[in-house]
Amino acid sequence: MKRAFERHLNILEFTLASLLRRKAKNLSLLAMYLLVIFILASLQFFVTALKREAAIILSDAPDMVVQRLVAGRQDLVPARYAAEIVSIRGVTAVRPRLWGYYYDALNGANYTIIASDDPAIGPDLVSIGAGVARARNLAVGDLLPLIGYDKVPVMLEISAIFPSSSDLIAADMILMSPVNFHQLFNFPSGQATDLAVMVRNPKELPTVAAKIAGRFPDSRPILKSEIQRTYQSIFDWRGGMTLIVLASALLSFIIFAWDKATGLSAEERKEIGILKSIGWETSDVLLLKFWEGTVISLTAFLLGTLLAYGHVFFLSAPLFTQALKGWSVLYPHFQLVPVVDAYQLTVLFFLTVVPYTTATIIPCWRAATIDPDAAMRY
Amino acid sequence: MRRSSQFLLLTAVSLTLFLSLPLHARYAQQHAHGQAAQLRRLHVTDLCLATEARYTRHPALADRHAPFQEHPLALEHFPSGSLILPSLPEQDKP
Repeated sequence: MKRAFERHLNILEFTLASLLRRKAKNLSLLAMYLLVIFILASLQFFVTALKREAAIILSDAPDMVVQRLVAGRQDLVPARYAAEIVSIRGVTAVRPRLWGYYYDALNGANYTIIASDDPAIGPDLVSIGAGVARARNLAVGDLLPLIGYDKVPVMLEISAIFPSSSDLIAADMILMSPVNFHQLFNFPSGQATDLAVMVRNPKELPTVAAKIAGRFPDSRPILKSEIQRTYQSIFDWRGGMTLIVLASALLSFIIFAWDKATGLSAEERKEIGILKSIGWETSDVLLLKFWEGTVISLTAFLLGTLLAYGHVFFLSAPLFTQALKGWSVLYPHFQLVPVVDAYQLTVLFFLTVVPYTTATIIPCWRAATIDPDAAMRY
Repeated sequence: MRRSSQFLLLTAVSLTLFLSLPLHARYAQQHAHGQAAQLRRLHVTDLCLATEARYTRHPALADRHAPFQEHPLALEHFPSGSLILPSLPEQDKP
């Protein structure tokens, strides 16, 4: 046992010396490999953490949202819709929601304005998201000037700023009283942006949705399951965000492993020939190449994953947020709660470390089985 | 110290850190602050991932024409629109 361990240790010693002889080549190889693992692991951490946040946040979503469509576009819902929907058997509550968007001409940001009947938000008071506070450099007690529909400024006092940890819900949010909402947008009374419907039994949701659609042909009921499905598809590996990164990283890894698998350099063949001529057996040469592949791939995997964890959960994933920012002026800080999915990390390990190590051994096995003299003359 | 021992030491340290990631994640989840009650009462339907277009700010509630802006053949205008795709309609939906 000790002898076998020492044999491995000696071969590892030789492998490290051999790798350090071609320092520039192997360090650049390690850096590239590490980068690929880093990108893939970062994506995996980012998406898994966002999925968890989405599941928590959307668990509070209404059972159904009813919109009204006019000429294929969303329109305001008359209050009588709410009164009729609440009379449908199984519906426990219908809450007309008042919300909309506000374009801030001062900085080019878009805010989501929501009317809240929370008693904490009195007339002329607002609670704002941390993103709005950052964009406008505001603090609690300051006045938030908004331009009304008639171009008259509406001055509202900031009563609270949501913490950055709520950015995934409220970064761009301004909560105000319904009175201020009507005043700001000249929003017609007796209308709502949409209706939040609560149903007693979730199994009855499709039936209730069918009844609503039958009674109001211009309505569009959106079930909670559909809302959740939207986010599942965004964070799914086939979703736009994941697919772009996954495809480019995997493609570069395939090119990289393919290059390794297709052949050895003349120098490496010569080295194998010399080792065989001085008495190394084929199994020793293969062990040497196994350790060579393992040193590079295991180091890249472990360091790449650790760096990815730091990138996503300590630095708020700056690489991905740049892509999501697009042209937005106001954007959330992704302070994600760490989630580690052991299954996905295992898949990542078997997708990267195992193929690379195999790709290193196969050409060496071919070189190690030929005559040492021929290998040296190659 | 031999190079092989240095390498094994480095690998052991990285492996320990790697294996402690799930523990750190679990600790962070247990100590994470929940959302403010005021926000939970809003019953939000969407995550604030991108704010540049209404169909990427509220993809679950966007109407199906929104990603095409004015007509179905209009080109995508916003970068986040290529990352956050509209949801597909359910087959058996009323």
